[in-house]
Amino acid sequence: MDFPAIAFYVFAAVTTLSALAVISVKNAVHAALSLVLSFFSTACLWLLLQAEFLGLVLVLVYVGAVMVLFLFVVMMLDINAERLREGFARHVPVGIAVAMVMAAEMVLLIGARPLEHATASATDPAAAANMSNTAWISHALFSQYTLPFEIAALILTVAVVAAILLTLRRREGVKSQKPGDQVRVRASDRVRVVKMESVRPAAEPPQEGAP
Amino acid sequence: MTITLDHYLVLGAILFAIGVAGIVINRKNLIILLMSIELMLLAVNVNFVAFSRFLGDPAGQVFVFFILTVAAAESAIGLAILVTLFRNRRDINVTEIDELRG
Repeated sequence: MDFPAIAFYVFAAVTTLSALAVISVKNAVHAALSLVLSFFSTACLWLLLQAEFLGLVLVLVYVGAVMVLFLFVVMMLDINAERLREGFARHVPVGIAVAMVMAAEMVLLIGARPLEHATASATDPAAAANMSNTAWISHALFSQYTLPFEIAALILTVAVVAAILLTLRRREGVKSQKPGDQVRVRASDRVRVVKMESVRPAAEPPQEGAP
Repeated sequence: MTITLDHYLVLGAILFAIGVAGIVINRKNLIILLMSIELMLLAVNVNFVAFSRFLGDPAGQVFVFFILTVAAAESAIGLAILVTLFRNRRDINVTEIDELRG
């Protein structure tokens, strides 16, 4: 068994065991950390497949951003874990049965398909095209898939707006500026011009001792 | 022995099955449900990357790129809904969320 095979088995074992830990541990923080380990070893597997760009993106985006978001939410919420685990032992046999049947069916499908493609390309296709993995992906991404790329940007923008709007909280009794009202204001709202006679009343009697 | 496509496909199948089992087992805890969905997406991504590598087609890796984008958006909105839910009910028990009477 050569070195890449040993590395594959180690990474695959770590991924599977930490995935099992995600669904079985009691503490949600531990589950999130196990998911981080699972993502990280999957990124190592993708590096073994010479998909360097996606491996690094998985570490940066998932371990660096999404899982930190998960951890923030888990730690922010005060969750009674015991009540949420009621019926855990009752569901375990069903879960294991469903998982075993699904895994067996998928492995059966993998074994049943014609085997021409199984080891079709042992060499790295990006290296065969004489460029790096990132250049190989980006050639496809920015020529064939430009419109989906723009739509992905749109989806991210919508997600940001939606997430902020969902969690924005308007508290009572807080004094804050309303820029819309400030811009919309006119001079007549601020200053009230009172009509007055500009001349002194003529019927005023002359006062005694006036200078 | 060398690592073939089948090794990666079996790993993807096992990961996906673990994700499904997580949804069945932890059906009350919304956070673990979201994490199980992430696991299933990860399994699909493993399959895509392996196929892309062994068939020499960049489309698979481009698709993983898009799946990562959509999954990040999904978990951001899902966690925002979770925070709002907790703020309103002081609880995230899935079995008690029945206002819509679905």
